[in-house]
Amino acid sequence: MTDNILEVDGLVKHFPVRVGVLFKRTVGHVRAVDGVSFDLRRGETLGVVGESGCGKSTLAQVLMRLEPPTGGTIRFEGEDITKIQGGALRRLRRDIQIVLQDPYTSLNPRMTVGDIVGEPFEIHPEVAPKGSRAKKVRDLLDVVGLNPEHINRYPHQFSGGQRQRIGIARALALRPKVIVCDEPVSALDVSIQAQVMNLLGDLQTEFGLSYLFIAHDLSVVRHLSDRVAVMYLGKIVEIGTEKEIYEHPTHPYTQALLSAVPVPDPELRGQRQIIRLEGDVPSPVDPPSGCRFRTRCWKAQDICASEEPVLTTRVAAHPSACHFAEEKSVVP
Amino acid sequence: MTDPSTAATGAAVTTTAAEHVTAAEHVETKGSNKPRSLASDAWYDLRRRPLFVISAALILLVVLMALVPTLFTSADPNYGDLNRSRQGPSADAWFGYDNQGYDIFSRTIYGARASIVVGVSATVLTILIGATLGLLAGFYGGWIDGLMSRIADVFFGLPFVLGAIVILSSFRSQGESSATEIMVLVVLSISLLSWPVCMRIMRSAAITAKQQDYVKAARALGASSSRIILRHMLPNAIAPVLVYATIALGAFIGAEATLSFLGLGLRAPVVSWGVMIADSRDVIRVAPHSLLFPAAFLTATVLAFVMLGDAVREALDPKMR
Amino acid sequence: MSANTVKSSVDARRTGPVPGAPLLEVDDLYVEFRTRDGVARVLNGVSYKVEAGETLAVLGESGSGKSVTAQTVMGILDMPPGFITGGEVRFHGENLLKASQRRRREVRGSGIAMIFQDALSALNPVFTVGFQIEEQLRVRRGMSRRDARKRAIELLDLVKIPNPKGRVRQYPHEFSGGMRQRAMIAMSLALDPEMLIADEPTTALDVTVQAQIMDLLKEIQVERNMGLILITHDLGVVAEVADRIAVMYAGRIVEQSDARSLYRKPGHPYTLALLDSLPRLDLKGTELNTIKGLPPSLLNIPSGCPFHPRCPRVQEICKTEVPAQHRPLPGRLSACHFAEEMIAGD
Repeated sequence: MTDNILEVDGLVKHFPVRVGVLFKRTVGHVRAVDGVSFDLRRGETLGVVGESGCGKSTLAQVLMRLEPPTGGTIRFEGEDITKIQGGALRRLRRDIQIVLQDPYTSLNPRMTVGDIVGEPFEIHPEVAPKGSRAKKVRDLLDVVGLNPEHINRYPHQFSGGQRQRIGIARALALRPKVIVCDEPVSALDVSIQAQVMNLLGDLQTEFGLSYLFIAHDLSVVRHLSDRVAVMYLGKIVEIGTEKEIYEHPTHPYTQALLSAVPVPDPELRGQRQIIRLEGDVPSPVDPPSGCRFRTRCWKAQDICASEEPVLTTRVAAHPSACHFAEEKSVVP
Repeated sequence: MTDPSTAATGAAVTTTAAEHVTAAEHVETKGSNKPRSLASDAWYDLRRRPLFVISAALILLVVLMALVPTLFTSADPNYGDLNRSRQGPSADAWFGYDNQGYDIFSRTIYGARASIVVGVSATVLTILIGATLGLLAGFYGGWIDGLMSRIADVFFGLPFVLGAIVILSSFRSQGESSATEIMVLVVLSISLLSWPVCMRIMRSAAITAKQQDYVKAARALGASSSRIILRHMLPNAIAPVLVYATIALGAFIGAEATLSFLGLGLRAPVVSWGVMIADSRDVIRVAPHSLLFPAAFLTATVLAFVMLGDAVREALDPKMR
Repeated sequence: MSANTVKSSVDARRTGPVPGAPLLEVDDLYVEFRTRDGVARVLNGVSYKVEAGETLAVLGESGSGKSVTAQTVMGILDMPPGFITGGEVRFHGENLLKASQRRRREVRGSGIAMIFQDALSALNPVFTVGFQIEEQLRVRRGMSRRDARKRAIELLDLVKIPNPKGRVRQYPHEFSGGMRQRAMIAMSLALDPEMLIADEPTTALDVTVQAQIMDLLKEIQVERNMGLILITHDLGVVAEVADRIAVMYAGRIVEQSDARSLYRKPGHPYTLALLDSLPRLDLKGTELNTIKGLPPSLLNIPSGCPFHPRCPRVQEICKTEVPAQHRPLPGRLSACHFAEEMIAGD
């Protein structure tokens, strides 16, 4: 309780699927996030990995209260923020911020960098008196490694990596305690990606930030995270420390995911064991009964179809949601 | 739900498309310190287009005619001398005289004012109504959008000329109405029948803008609806509306002429191109010049605005760069 | 028809394939983009060679010119703004850049085929997947409707799409991302090309699906003894499939080598820096090595070695003299003044 800054319990987000033009009928629900629980500790980075459609981006939206949750609770520093509105929600914005994926669409092309990074102060005028804002914006640009002289430039005058820095500066402006990073480096080139990852690491140390780091790139997540949660079809299938997940994975999906990551070393070609999954991720509108991974799992038995495995400590020290959890090291 | 895979695709596509543009960015980063906004970029682009230069020059000329007609002519547009009725062009009167013996050159110059005033006011009003409703429909969506879109459809379904005839003939006060009164009525009926187009353009642009990540980021910062609409959506959605406005301005000047010609719009003693064309109706065979000159000015002006609209669209469209 | 065949075969004898020539040779290719802001020199003397059955990975970041090279080879470069200002693209020894439009169309698809990153936009959404495959077969091979359909089903089966008979009637949006990429591969194979260019084929896909697609590509390549050019920025994918690697930077190939030696001992500081800046799945580091600065503007490429402003081992000579492509070791090419020291030392 004391060192958990964010506590998420049984979070659910369903999007209705509607058909019809004028009078819409609900024909089903996309179960994007379907009962997710985890804690984010103060000062740590919790990585969330999963493939497209696993619900990790929706999770970010719901945590940011950009989408109303369908069920479950979110607590920030012990206070229930699941349903807060108005002034309380606005105050929460100062504590939780987000960095978005696409540096090309996440900055308003009609605003200067100064306006973009200064906007948080305009929305929350109580944070900084008017006179001090220009200086604060310059300081922020400096902190994220941009030239403060560029305050009057427009986003299209910057490269992708620089734009992502602008996005980070905007998120930092209100001195939040938690930053949700939604695929912050996946649109960047390798050499630029490393710069931005280092920056995120430095800022965490400097400002004591807690990160929820969402990404599909397992190497990136390992590099930055203290703990990692693996998501599949709206559920967390395994959660543990970075070492536990990468070196002692127990859920077959985690193992398959890890083994599929190409390793940049030709010497290992043909030597490592790669678990090839068949087929694609099923539709979140109509997920499989029982264990959601069973349709692609090589270990699936009858029990997997009838009984949903709960996320709990099984063979290893960390929780895993598999009836047949068993440790298997797949990373060379 | 944003799918990371589709998002990644989108991003990657943008990256490849921007690959060569990035080059340009860096040069700027290194070179001049002068910030260049999209508007100034568009302006830079426009100045190099002959289409824009020609149409802008034409429009400037017409506007000047409307503002200070005495610059161009010293003849009184309202002095008619039946002795010179239907005389052809000459050194005295470049465009000749009409049926009533009015100087056509002078009337053409003075006629620009009414046409421009009606055109500009109708455009401003149309954009105000259309853009506001479109922005609101695009932002709120749901039933508000549904309702507004259906209302727009109803107005959209009315044939323009028929609608204008109905409005003008039923709202016109009995007896003599003043020139201003008629002008206001003409402007109102044009706007009332034209706003749905503008609303649709604004609505789709607003929906596109609303889905952008910067709107998401602003919401995450706690921005109010009005801030999101005015600061983030409007500036990014206004470009297609501006293009429409320039084209519509030309069309509205034509519409004013049409209504005047039908006897529903302006009429003497107000001078407008439409009125002049209407007046020449009965003498076209004997004095074709009385139709030719106002019609040529009208066409040239409408064309100039349409060309301007095209040039502006190309300049504002980032894909053209 | 027969007259045409005779004529084209005569043409082919005059300018066409040279026996014993490599499958594809890009020779000293120069391409520039004339933009409003000036001339962007996108390719500055790119050369590479691909033999049948070989996989060449072209590695580079955005703006390095890796895709432009492929587009020039395919003859699908947008011109303008692009202009080919020098060099040759030889397919079986025949310079395609000098060939007639007709000949180029002939080569496209049946000689060299290409698959793209974004399968959804590369497939036409208003036609069924089957129709798009059949169309090529009917137009280019003169097949009947029925034969083309049969072949389309075979092709979908070849790329391991389950239930090809049903899938052939579906539209691209009914396919998942991985399936779509498979369909595009099937389409590119329709005319039995000798050479396949894959431009970031798995970048938009999830890792598990990415692995499936790479397996498939590799399998098809071996089976058909095709030449494969894999354009990518992913050092992991390259390590798994490439025979040889060409690293591009600012429109130049800065290093070319067989895969193992390149990863073991990079011969160019840029390659080394790329490898070092990669987060590793198998190691958790604290700080990643980064490449300082930004890729250069193609409008204004730095003097001397284009990498020198970002290079940790920069010397005076690098600022003034463009390093020539040379062979620090047999089978390896590098455009660094200090390639020998890099490979030998440290």
